[in-house]
Amino acid sequence: MTADDSFISIKRVSKHFGAVKAVDDISFDIRRGEFFSLLGPSGCGKTTLLRMLAGFEVPTSGEIMIDGQPMAVVPPHLRPTNMVFQNYAIFPHLNVRQNIAYGLRKKNLTKHQVEQKVEEALGMIKLPGYGNRRADQLSGGQRQRIALARALVCQPKVLLLDEPLGALDKKLREEMQLELRQLQRSVGITFVFVTHDQEEALTMSDRIAVMARGKVLQIDGSAHLYEHPNCREVADFIGNMNFIDGTVTGTEGGNAVIDAGPLGKLRVPVGQARIGTAGPVTLAIRPEKLRIEATRPNGGTNAIAGRLNAQAYLGDRSHFYVEVPGLQRRVAVAAQNVARNAEANDGKARDVWVSWPVESGVLLPAD
Amino acid sequence: MGGKGKYDTLFVYGVLYLIFIYTPVLLIVLFSFNNGLYVAFPLKELTTKWYEEMVANPGLTKALGVSLRIGAFVSVVSTILGVLAAKAVTRYYLPGRAAITFTIMLPLVIPTIVFAIGLLIILAKFLGLQPSTWSIVAGHVLLCVPFSMAVLISRLQGFDKNLEEASLDLGENAWQTFWRVTFPLAMPGIVASFLLCFTTSFDEYLMAAFLSGNDTTLPVYIYSQLRFPQKLPGTLALGSCILVVSFAIVTFAEWMRRRGVNPDQGLGI
Repeated sequence: MTADDSFISIKRVSKHFGAVKAVDDISFDIRRGEFFSLLGPSGCGKTTLLRMLAGFEVPTSGEIMIDGQPMAVVPPHLRPTNMVFQNYAIFPHLNVRQNIAYGLRKKNLTKHQVEQKVEEALGMIKLPGYGNRRADQLSGGQRQRIALARALVCQPKVLLLDEPLGALDKKLREEMQLELRQLQRSVGITFVFVTHDQEEALTMSDRIAVMARGKVLQIDGSAHLYEHPNCREVADFIGNMNFIDGTVTGTEGGNAVIDAGPLGKLRVPVGQARIGTAGPVTLAIRPEKLRIEATRPNGGTNAIAGRLNAQAYLGDRSHFYVEVPGLQRRVAVAAQNVARNAEANDGKARDVWVSWPVESGVLLPAD
Repeated sequence: MGGKGKYDTLFVYGVLYLIFIYTPVLLIVLFSFNNGLYVAFPLKELTTKWYEEMVANPGLTKALGVSLRIGAFVSVVSTILGVLAAKAVTRYYLPGRAAITFTIMLPLVIPTIVFAIGLLIILAKFLGLQPSTWSIVAGHVLLCVPFSMAVLISRLQGFDKNLEEASLDLGENAWQTFWRVTFPLAMPGIVASFLLCFTTSFDEYLMAAFLSGNDTTLPVYIYSQLRFPQKLPGTLALGSCILVVSFAIVTFAEWMRRRGVNPDQGLGI
């Protein structure tokens, strides 16, 4: 590991609130200039971890280093981090200019330099001329940008963002996702971004740490996380996933052969899964990788029989749900509506075959 | 209609209630301008001589001075203590916070006379001190801190804790954060607390009567003057003045408080 690989180093960090282990023995590194997301359901410890980076919470145990400096005894106001709060925390008694200039008082700048920096920042967030507005005259999106500008003018080594887009409506949120990502590339500051929205994390991040119950389950780039989840929880949290439980009965040219009971034998690449040569496993397969056909397809693919009995038309795509004997949950199949396929979306129940290429499946340890 | 009848009953009740409250007050003002020793109808001619007499009365002006000084001192001390207590209760993790708050708030419901006697005993028997202006100040602070704390707790709870964290995050330490964020945002509450404490101290009688030394406060002085009929109109004049000033102060305090609350409602996110 090079020095750049551990710009932020989190070593065996835990945070307990009474009996609750909000963050439970977490270790990982964040690289310099990276857009890094902490993704997980509420209560998974992601915000607590972010607040420990900012210095608002003190780890119960473990060590945090930023750019080689141990942070244990550094109070929030001396840390090389700045934060964008979930509700933006715009000072209501100050105008936009004073809000943005708030952190510059400590930087030994002349009045003119401060003015200049504030104007630059207002230009960067595309709100030039807003300097004299009061906080209560701003929309949610404008507050979000001002909170961002207020943090970035301080030129932190690390920018911490606590679900900054959560309060915005969908269209604006998608716009801000792209803007934020572009901004991060142009300023080159390391971003640590907390979100519970998996789509947001996949869109924006270089790497994502998926968290649950105070633990980090997997750290990877968006595509790898989606295509190669390392456990059932990650697979379930990121996107949609079908699960088929079975037992490994052997391997065959890099593929594991799984006995899935009434569904017969299925094949799946072993990949990086640490699975023994025998024992219970879970086969996971994304809905969009499945095909529905009226007859059993010819060899080389996995195929299971079932009854298509529900579907949802979503415009650009349709979701089909296939009842398969031996599976508790219906198998979900997603298909792009490339053609105006009236027959596929007629809503009639029928017996079908669901198939997928062997290499599309993911082998996971059974829960 | 039945609804109309109900409305009328309430209206009559409201009017009667207001008459009950404000008639004595208005009578004081009325008779303070009446050229006669006795509070009785019919009224005699209009005069301002009682006001002149009031200003010329050295005992009265001295008592007024004592009350103003005590009031100012008490309101400053109580508000400072109130800010600190409110900040501790709303911002920090305190073991036994509920118990601490309850203990500080308790003087609100304990009869003042109990405190007055208790303080007098401590002062005279245990500390061996003479009652003085300072003992009145101590007693009044005891009474005022709960008011101050109640006003300031609601004020501090009313604004986002993240604002203080944002200030720390932007490089200001705890002390600078207090002055740049907490204090300006708590300002309406601080002013309201200051005025509330001042008026509480200014018209407090029991503590002042029990704990005063050579210098009496205004309420105690006024009460002592009521024994002399010829002093009564002067007292009425003074009462009218206090009434006007109190009304102005309380109105101002309430206006400050409301003004402070409203802008924050725009912050709903």
